This record gives sequence, C-alpha cells and structure tokens, in this order.
Amino acid sequence: MPRSAMRNDVFHAIADPSRREILHVLHGGESPVGDLVAHLALAQPQVSKHLKVLRDVDLVRCRIVGRQRLYRVHAPAMRPLQDWLARFTQLTNDRLDRLDDLLAEMQHHEPANEAPNDTLDDTLDDTLDDTLDDKQEA
Amino acid sequence: MATRHGTAHVTLPSGREIVITRQFEAPAALIWRALTEPDIVLRWWGPDWCPLVSCAIDLRVGGSWRYVSQHGDLGELGWHGTYLELEPVDRLVSTEVFEGFADAESVNTMTLTEHGGITTLRTVVLHASREFRDGHIESGMEGGMQVTFNRLDNLLDSDALVV
Repeated sequence: MPRSAMRNDVFHAIADPSRREILHVLHGGESPVGDLVAHLALAQPQVSKHLKVLRDVDLVRCRIVGRQRLYRVHAPAMRPLQDWLARFTQLTNDRLDRLDDLLAEMQHHEPANEAPNDTLDDTLDDTLDDTLDDKQEA
Repeated sequence: MATRHGTAHVTLPSGREIVITRQFEAPAALIWRALTEPDIVLRWWGPDWCPLVSCAIDLRVGGSWRYVSQHGDLGELGWHGTYLELEPVDRLVSTEVFEGFADAESVNTMTLTEHGGITTLRTVVLHASREFRDGHIESGMEGGMQVTFNRLDNLLDSDALVV
C-alpha cells in the first residue's frame, strides 16, 4: 500500500526527530515521563503530546505503577516499517543478483593466462576499444 | 550461477540516508567496469519488467550520466546525475535524480573494498531530507507493486482460474 493512503500511522509517528529520540530512550528501558523530559530537554507537555502520538499507533505502551505511568516500546507495531523496507531491500537485492550473475559470466569467459585487462568476452573488448577510440578522438 | 548470490543489507542509519552493502566473488576492478561502462551497465541494471534501454556515461569529474528504462505501464523512466569524485577502482561519488521526482537529488557514494577475492560494494545514498529519502524507497517499492499487480492480472486472465 502506498504510504500516502495511511496518514496517521507508524510512518508519521516516527517522522518527528523528538519521537524517534523517545523511542531510543525507551528502547533502553521502561521509563516515566520525567526521565524522558530530562533526556530530551523538552517541556513535559510537549513530551506528553509526542507520547500520545506514539501510543495512538501502538509504538509505545504505558502501565501505571503506584502513582507513576511507565512507558515502554511496543516493538510489534514496527512491523509496517520493516515490511516497507523489506520490499525495497528485495528490489535492490534483485538488481545486485543480476550484477552478480553478470560478474560470474564475465569471469567465466576469462581466458586462463591473460592479463586482467584482456579478460572479457569479445563484446566487452569491443566496448573498451570504442571507449579508447573516443578518448583518442576527444 | 543461481547459488552464488549474497544478500544485500539495507540500513537507514539516519533520516536522510540509505546504506546498501553487498559482497561479490569478483575483483573490484571488474565491478568498477560493471558500474561505469555503458554496455555492461545495460546488461544488469534494469529488471526484465523494466529493462534499461539507454545508458550514457561521461566518466570524468563534472561529467554526466543518464540511464533510461522502459517500463511496461509507466513508459520511459529516466535517471541522471553528475560525477563528483572518481577514484578507480575504489570510490565513485555522483549525484542522482530520478526524473519522476526531479526535486529529490541524492548524492551517492559507492566504495569497493576487495579482500581475498571478495569485494564489498557499499553504497551510501544521501538525500536532502527525510521526505525525499522515504520517497526514494517508495518509488522502488511501487515499481515492485506494479509487477505484482501485472502478475495478478495475468493470473486473472489465464485459463487456470476458469472452473
């Protein structure tokens, strides 16, 4: 699904640097809002606002212990981010697989006792010759 | 040849970057050629469903490059850029613009490191903003989605579904 189709989502939630910083801090361990305020150098109302955005998309969960609210990262909510990146990784990998195949083919055609500059098949040698010709003409 | 594939690692170390690393059983000099000689680039850069149809490379600092591919549904897609640094066969820095998102120019730094016959290709794509970086990832993804939809269309058109 294109991201534009889902606006108030995990992607939106992590687009803000302060919210990413909150996730970093909470990744280190469950914390009360006071610890986050100290760490981020933001006023408490701002931190609370960011926490609400993160809680709305379930990236952060909260439990009450005594008089304190303790916040923690809820990692499974990161799944859309992982899926999003996984598709890009797959496409990138497919391209590099083609490069890998071609490199193998180029090396396979390499005659055993020739210098590296003479290792490619005729087509590629022609290419190189053309390139050199162009340079000489230039 | 199908068994020799390594796996690309893609990471997003900051809001503006994409880092792609991949190892190949090939010398750096050969990979350098595969990255910089048009006739070789034409042979691997585009997938079957969006093959590269032209590739122009002026390999000098300040020189430009332009790749054009032919997508079944989207038509011609172009990429271009300018070479900023060239250190054969170790390092290549260039700008890149996908012409569908002409504002989102990135600076791509490719480094080749060879050890014992294995060469690591590391590409750092640096965008001007997180928005452009994310758009870069999505534009690739949408191309992939298109293929999925095409395959679905083929399946829907095929006799296999006729009961």
